[in-house]
Amino acid sequence: MELSAHAERRAARAGFLQGLDPRIKTLGLLLLVLTAVLVKSPVPLVGLFGFAILLASGSHIGIVGLARRVWLPVLLFTGMIAAPALFLVPGDTLATVPLLDWTITRQGARSAAFLIGRAETTASFASLLVLTTPWPHVLKALRSLRVPLVVIVILGMTHRYIFVLLGTAVSMLEAQRSRLMGPLSGREHRRLAAASAVVLLDKALHLSTEVHLAMIARGYRGEVHLLDDFRTRLSDWIVLAGFLAVAAAALGLQ
Amino acid sequence: MHIPDGYLSPSTCALAYAMVVPFWTVALRRVKELLQTRLVPLLALVSAFSFLVMMLNLPLPGGTTGHAVGIAVAPILLGPWAGMLAISIALFIQALFFGDGGITTFGANCLNMAIAGPLVAYGVYRLLSFKAPLTATRRVLAAGVAGYVAINVAALLAAIELGIQPLLFHDGSGAPLYAPYPLQIAVPAMMAGHLTIAGFAETLISGGVVAYIQKTDLGFLRLSAPGTLRIIDPSEPSAPVVHQRTSRALWAGIAVLLIASPLGLLAGGAAWGEWGIVDFQSEAGREQITQASGNVPPPAEVPQGMERLAGFWIGPIPDYAPAFMRQEAFGYFLSAMVGTGLILLAVLGLSSMLRRRQVRRLLRGP
Repeated sequence: MELSAHAERRAARAGFLQGLDPRIKTLGLLLLVLTAVLVKSPVPLVGLFGFAILLASGSHIGIVGLARRVWLPVLLFTGMIAAPALFLVPGDTLATVPLLDWTITRQGARSAAFLIGRAETTASFASLLVLTTPWPHVLKALRSLRVPLVVIVILGMTHRYIFVLLGTAVSMLEAQRSRLMGPLSGREHRRLAAASAVVLLDKALHLSTEVHLAMIARGYRGEVHLLDDFRTRLSDWIVLAGFLAVAAAALGLQ
Repeated sequence: MHIPDGYLSPSTCALAYAMVVPFWTVALRRVKELLQTRLVPLLALVSAFSFLVMMLNLPLPGGTTGHAVGIAVAPILLGPWAGMLAISIALFIQALFFGDGGITTFGANCLNMAIAGPLVAYGVYRLLSFKAPLTATRRVLAAGVAGYVAINVAALLAAIELGIQPLLFHDGSGAPLYAPYPLQIAVPAMMAGHLTIAGFAETLISGGVVAYIQKTDLGFLRLSAPGTLRIIDPSEPSAPVVHQRTSRALWAGIAVLLIASPLGLLAGGAAWGEWGIVDFQSEAGREQITQASGNVPPPAEVPQGMERLAGFWIGPIPDYAPAFMRQEAFGYFLSAMVGTGLILLAVLGLSSMLRRRQVRRLLRGP
């Protein structure tokens, strides 16, 4: 949630990626995500990660902020999953942990490096997309990937109402806490959690009825029209060619 | 259970997308017919709810985390097709905007949590709540069991997808290129958490939601209880027409998968664990088994049990290519067609039998 609020602010600033046509940017960054999954050698993976840092710098996205919000959580999550691979993947002995006598294998270390490298690189490109593009523009750009219009509209509305429902959920939790006289037992805690979930669902369903009536009142008859005022310039095509060249170089390097 | 980018190979991701696209297409068409102008706001709000439910992470044994997915709630309230769409939309926003789950693995995550899970949940719920009134306690229990079974099916699928990666994709040195743990590690690691805490979290949420809805607004339970919704007129012409039109894309998807079945021939050797006696006896076969099993060589002799039982059952189309066929690819394709045809016939026969029973019951009256 913090990242999303941060993303809206960043997307409004001037910068290299912010200045691109959202369709070109979405296609280009998705291409780089795919390339990071396709490469089979650590060198191009490191190169792609470096390119992500370069793009972040050119788009005035702080490296420290990116590290705190993206790289560290990914490292902690994937690192926790990848660490046992050092010992569990069979292969040539690289080192032995003193006292425990656990063997780190070369294949295990390589495998863990692949997993962490891919996760960090792909997360960096995906974050660059949302940090430099307002959400409605991301959705409009998805039209160029042939996503049906009605899905785009549902996605946009879902994103909006996630924040509305989140506000409702936070208010509900505050109301519950303010009425508690002491700690709850496990059983009471579970009952409260289930009750909160269903009350939230009830509120969501009521809200959907109200939104539907409001849409009908404003002339909605099931047909969706999306304003699409994007213009692709020559510089956008040059950047897309650059992204393609980076992807081709990464795949050619292995 | 949200698989991030980089954990699955591109071919696994592509296959997962190929499998979910027909379901999305059919679901979108069916839901449009059913909900009309209500589609957009209702799906948006239920997706937003699913998203918030998925944010409730629970710590699980082994260092992983689990959470309720609303995997049974969505299909019970909205029906299986709209449920699929609602969960898919929540997963998409999580993947793209919040970095929970990958973009390349979005198809696989949807296959597990938005397609297979809700379908299983819906089936289990319908089966266990068969003929039960909308206010029956059995419906609460059915929803709880449906949630538990569905989240575990989704987790098992995710574990299988992760577990096959090191067997199929590794570099020259034998280092896994994607998820590094084989099935014998991936499946227990994933299932331990989901059979316990996450499964019970899903049970609690699913059962709790149905119990609450029973007290507040029974109308929301009617989509997943068609027998209690209204008297279905079997002569109503529109229903089967809609069914045929909307199902076309799904059959097209299955046809594409059938046509693509010879791609299986591109994978060299036998699948891991599907070795025959010949594989154990030949030098090349033994080498393949060693490579596929993380450099662990197979036993020197053919396992006694395998030798004893090998001749017990010979399939009608052994190795997907009967002897009379010269073209192995053609045999593979034909085997896929025959196999799928048999499954479809069985499913169609069963559903036709159930429909006839339901119509007879409705015509007989209360």
